[in-house]
Amino acid sequence: VKALGLLSGGLDSTLAARLLQEQGVEVEGVHFSTGFCKVDHRRALARPRDLGEPRRVRHEALRAGSDLEAPVEIVDVAEEFLREVVLRPKHGYGSAMNPCVDCRIFMLKKAAELAGERGAEVVFTGEVVGQRPMSQYRAALDLIEDESGLSGRLLRPLCAQHLEPTEAERTGRIDRSRLEGINGRSRRDQIAMAKRYEIAEFPAPSGGCCYLADPNFARRLRDLVTDRGRDAVGVEDILFLKVGRHFRLGPGLKLILGRDEPESRFLEERSEGHWTCRVADRRGALGRVDGNPDRDGMESIARLAARYSARRQEPAVEVLLWKDGDEIALAVPPADDRWARSMLV
Amino acid sequence: MPEPMDPTARIDTRGLYCPVPILRTRDRLRWLDPGEVLEVFSDDPAILEDMPAFCRSHGHHYLGHVEEAGKAWRVRLQKTGKHR
Repeated sequence: VKALGLLSGGLDSTLAARLLQEQGVEVEGVHFSTGFCKVDHRRALARPRDLGEPRRVRHEALRAGSDLEAPVEIVDVAEEFLREVVLRPKHGYGSAMNPCVDCRIFMLKKAAELAGERGAEVVFTGEVVGQRPMSQYRAALDLIEDESGLSGRLLRPLCAQHLEPTEAERTGRIDRSRLEGINGRSRRDQIAMAKRYEIAEFPAPSGGCCYLADPNFARRLRDLVTDRGRDAVGVEDILFLKVGRHFRLGPGLKLILGRDEPESRFLEERSEGHWTCRVADRRGALGRVDGNPDRDGMESIARLAARYSARRQEPAVEVLLWKDGDEIALAVPPADDRWARSMLV
Repeated sequence: MPEPMDPTARIDTRGLYCPVPILRTRDRLRWLDPGEVLEVFSDDPAILEDMPAFCRSHGHHYLGHVEEAGKAWRVRLQKTGKHR
């Protein structure tokens, strides 16, 4: 029997794969890169800081494939995922902008296609019934199975004992008695299994690693969708929502100020065609402007740049604004805290 | 006469972050025959973890890396016929 699994690189999907390998199932993995993974972003941003520490920026799904000695395909689905899932979820959002049910359906549909190409008769995941409020309660698991078109072929080895048997279990090609019956939010069983399989290294349990479940990120995404309209939001825009402090200065006008040097550098490297600002002595955050500010807008931007600089206590601070060879210098009083906060997205 | 472990092909992935260099590697390997060697030039330190992991997962031989000036690495791998 050959099985294709959704491998995040986290503990649960790794354990699910091991359970199947233990009974001789040939396992392959697929990892969908959606553009909303916090680890992926850290990898892109924190690179210079992590020089000499490649382990901190490694790709966990590749690492899991290596531990399992099973090939893992990485598939970039960012564009499609944004359009079809994040901006148009059929089953709605969780507490932030996390369309968990639609996300699972999307990934499983893709996995079903790939399974067909690879000759895998079973698709498996590391899901555990009752583990997550939105996507892993029993009714959601059933709905996800139906809508992904994988009825009878979707196996969740960690909680299989609580679910209807798949075709492969019914016909005895996968031994159901050797699959698990884990349920609920406790991680105790998984930790015990990890010990049994001598899996020492695994990243923190997922859930905390998706930007869409992060309330701060969700607020910025909602603001962008409201300002632009969802049809005008692209993958490139999502990149900037992960960085810096965001100030909404009016319709079509936003300032992003880096919170530290790597973020300032990230913004500066991607500032072509945009107004960019920084206090003249560079002892403050770099800002990237979305939109075309008028004179008042320029002044607001300069005041915010001054507020987030080492000179914020001074009565007037010189701020430079530049775009494609144009440069403007403004001496402004730093924004006061209340006003700055009122602009913060 | 080339050495047996001299690369048949080279790709330059500098400026790209993993997993992109890995995806480029996978695509390039499709054009190589089993036994041939690919050299990947990268300035992403993650390559030092991700490439050996990719090789082990896909059954290719990781041949090691050489560090270049300016924090960049040339990593070499040998394709096997095990997986695509």
